[in-house]
Amino acid sequence: MPHDDPHAHDHDHAPIEADGPQGYYQHLAAATRSLLIEKGVFSAGDMRAIIEKIDERSPALGAKIVARAWTDAGFRERLLAEGKKAIEAEMDIDAVAADIVVVENTADVHNVVVCTLCSCYPVFILGRPPDWYKSYAYRSRAVRDPRGVLREFGTEIDPAREVRVHDSTADMRYLVLPMQPEGTEGWPEDKLVEIVTRDTMVGTAEVRAAG
Amino acid sequence: MTGGGITGSGTEPRFNPGDAVTVSARFPTGRRHLRTPFYIRGKTGEVERVCGAYKNPEDLAFGNYDAARVPLYRVRFDQRHVWDDYAGNPADTIDIEIYEHWLEPAATGDPGDAA
Repeated sequence: MPHDDPHAHDHDHAPIEADGPQGYYQHLAAATRSLLIEKGVFSAGDMRAIIEKIDERSPALGAKIVARAWTDAGFRERLLAEGKKAIEAEMDIDAVAADIVVVENTADVHNVVVCTLCSCYPVFILGRPPDWYKSYAYRSRAVRDPRGVLREFGTEIDPAREVRVHDSTADMRYLVLPMQPEGTEGWPEDKLVEIVTRDTMVGTAEVRAAG
Repeated sequence: MTGGGITGSGTEPRFNPGDAVTVSARFPTGRRHLRTPFYIRGKTGEVERVCGAYKNPEDLAFGNYDAARVPLYRVRFDQRHVWDDYAGNPADTIDIEIYEHWLEPAATGDPGDAA
């Protein structure tokens, strides 16, 4: 059928299916899942429900936190001092599963987050991490050549600004508080939310007023 | 068995923000779950903050949910100290979370003391 499609591509590409041969760890995961269900530790429905719950989280939550921090100096201060506490107490976001370190971008400092050991990421406020965040290339290069990696994201950091990398190796999770772009002063919180993207909260991009 | 060697004491932090610390240059092998990246072992930085005390992941990873808590720090390192060929701004830094049993007081006059 795809080949009769009048919109057929003029190039070949692999079919979009995940039916390649399974690797060792895929087999292991599938076997473990089957055993746990068979033994009644949890049901297939439980597992589906938790995946659905994880997928309800998205960068929109992080964007709300950022917009609040931009418009409320007191909240910003509390957020930078104790991230988890400020988010739980003052935002309508539950199940903040780990301590949050909020790092603030300024005219002098740009922050970027990576997990060199695996893919630690604040899923509960940003949703699941993008594939590039989990790639070997990002994880190994972001610590060694952060400015070069940021350039590949289209993010040129002024040589005079300090680039501060955060390797998320243990129990903290990180949220970058991006700089509020010029010309957006006085915008209401719900309008600011729209210009804050996922990558600006990981530190691979800066917020643009145009969105 | 916590990382093999240096004791991690109790949960009372041994270091304070601003202290110069050196990451232990141990390379234990075998079935391990270590959260101290290879690239930072043996390097010297400065404690940025004490994060609290967390269950030792080296035990947790093997199902010991009663693992002892170990103080955790964020340590800031100068990029030029970490990578010999680092080409960015000399002020560039990298912050890494490191558990106490991987840290030693830095010898005085150690190079690469994070400014």
